[in-house]
Amino acid sequence: MLRGRDLVALADLSKEEILYLLDTAQAMKEVLTRDIKKVPTLRGKTVVNLFFEPSTRTRTSFEIAGKRLSADVLNFSAATSSLTKGETLKDTARNIEAMVVDAVVVRHKASGAVRYLARELEVPVINAGDGAHEHPTQGLLDIFTIREKKGSLEGLKVAIAGDIAHSRVARSDIFGLVKLGAEVTVVGPPTMMPPDIESLGVSVASSVEEVVGEMDVVIMLRIQMERQSSPLFPSLREYSRYFGLNGEMLRAASKDLLIMHPGPVNWGVELSPEVAYHPRNVILDQVTNGVAVRMAVLYALIAG
Amino acid sequence: MDVPKGYRLKKVLMDPDSMDRTLTRMVHEMLERSRGGEDLAFVGIRRRGDVLAARMAEKMAGAVGTQVPLGALDITLYRDDLSLLDHQPRVGKTEIPFSIEGKRVVLVDDVIFTGRTIRAALDALMDLGRPRSIQLAVLVDRGHRELPIQPDYVGRSVPTSHSENVLVFLREVDGEDRVILVEAEDAQG
Repeated sequence: MLRGRDLVALADLSKEEILYLLDTAQAMKEVLTRDIKKVPTLRGKTVVNLFFEPSTRTRTSFEIAGKRLSADVLNFSAATSSLTKGETLKDTARNIEAMVVDAVVVRHKASGAVRYLARELEVPVINAGDGAHEHPTQGLLDIFTIREKKGSLEGLKVAIAGDIAHSRVARSDIFGLVKLGAEVTVVGPPTMMPPDIESLGVSVASSVEEVVGEMDVVIMLRIQMERQSSPLFPSLREYSRYFGLNGEMLRAASKDLLIMHPGPVNWGVELSPEVAYHPRNVILDQVTNGVAVRMAVLYALIAG
Repeated sequence: MDVPKGYRLKKVLMDPDSMDRTLTRMVHEMLERSRGGEDLAFVGIRRRGDVLAARMAEKMAGAVGTQVPLGALDITLYRDDLSLLDHQPRVGKTEIPFSIEGKRVVLVDDVIFTGRTIRAALDALMDLGRPRSIQLAVLVDRGHRELPIQPDYVGRSVPTSHSENVLVFLREVDGEDRVILVEAEDAQG
């Protein structure tokens, strides 16, 4: 059971709460394998996807998760909303709540926007990514995928490579992985590495090549070119050389290394194209598991 | 054998021997009524019906000489009382490694009480396919039905009051085989 009413950040959850969600997701995953991929659990409940920032994968994943549990799911995107008429975030959210809904899934470009709405609204609020703060369901699905393939997180060596400073995925991964006992190493250019990152219980390395040999898992982050006003590294080629993963480096890696990426992949930057067909690439498992994890979160926050 | 807090032991309803004999007798009844167990499959409701189903499947396999399909059903996602519970129930995994299409399914649970669990289980099973028939086997029927659902095979019928409870302990889960009747300590009389 979860103590809180909302899911804003993995930093808020205890190890037991994370394990509860992972175990629930395990059961949910079985539903996805059936011919009739639907259970009546959330019949009569309404979930609103309130996305103030573009997203296809996460929004679709939440939508499918809600529908598999028989909830009614509505999508609200900022481009077509009264935000363009100057309505505030709070007013928009309170209006939607006034239509008597049971949960709101929010994505927003500002870090902290989801926490703010969680305080303002009575209904459960689920964070689908807020700025550079957290993306808790992505963190959960990453951890779920690792646990599914490796059995346990305890003592596992996990590298997270990319723009650590601006990545909400990295933050959720770090909070969750460290709580479950994994040993996390972050890798990225100095311009993308937050000062004092070690205080989160992780170690720092300066290239993927340097650490890949001893890792059980590598999580490659997406370079978000659309978020960078001024470039934080000299060239894509140089970035790829130090912070990407290619077939050459994989020869030095464990045969059981898991290769993960939250998607969408910039092929040739974070991952070289030959990695696309590598047997230890579990990127599509992550996508499937994302639906199971989001079903678990909806169940935990809305059912009962 | 742990009597839960707030309850006192009233009666031991089954010991390991009588439980085993009861299960054997139930399996023989099933054989009689299903023409030698053709197309039979066992599906147990978690968390204990699945254990009983496994034991019955083993006895059945011994009697007919072939393996009988066995699965476990978790009905949490089909419950009608989620909004009434203080504690959110943990969702278990449904594991039915065969197609129930055309099968004569024997649904197994430890105790039948209101019948609501069985209603949920029937819905859950129907979502997995179209069995030829579904029969219900329970170790104990303690009465007080709230729905028009009756078991086909009963280990033992035990009239109970609402202040009483029937607890089933199984060695695979609890370390011993036993069925006891307990009564709430604050109950009158």
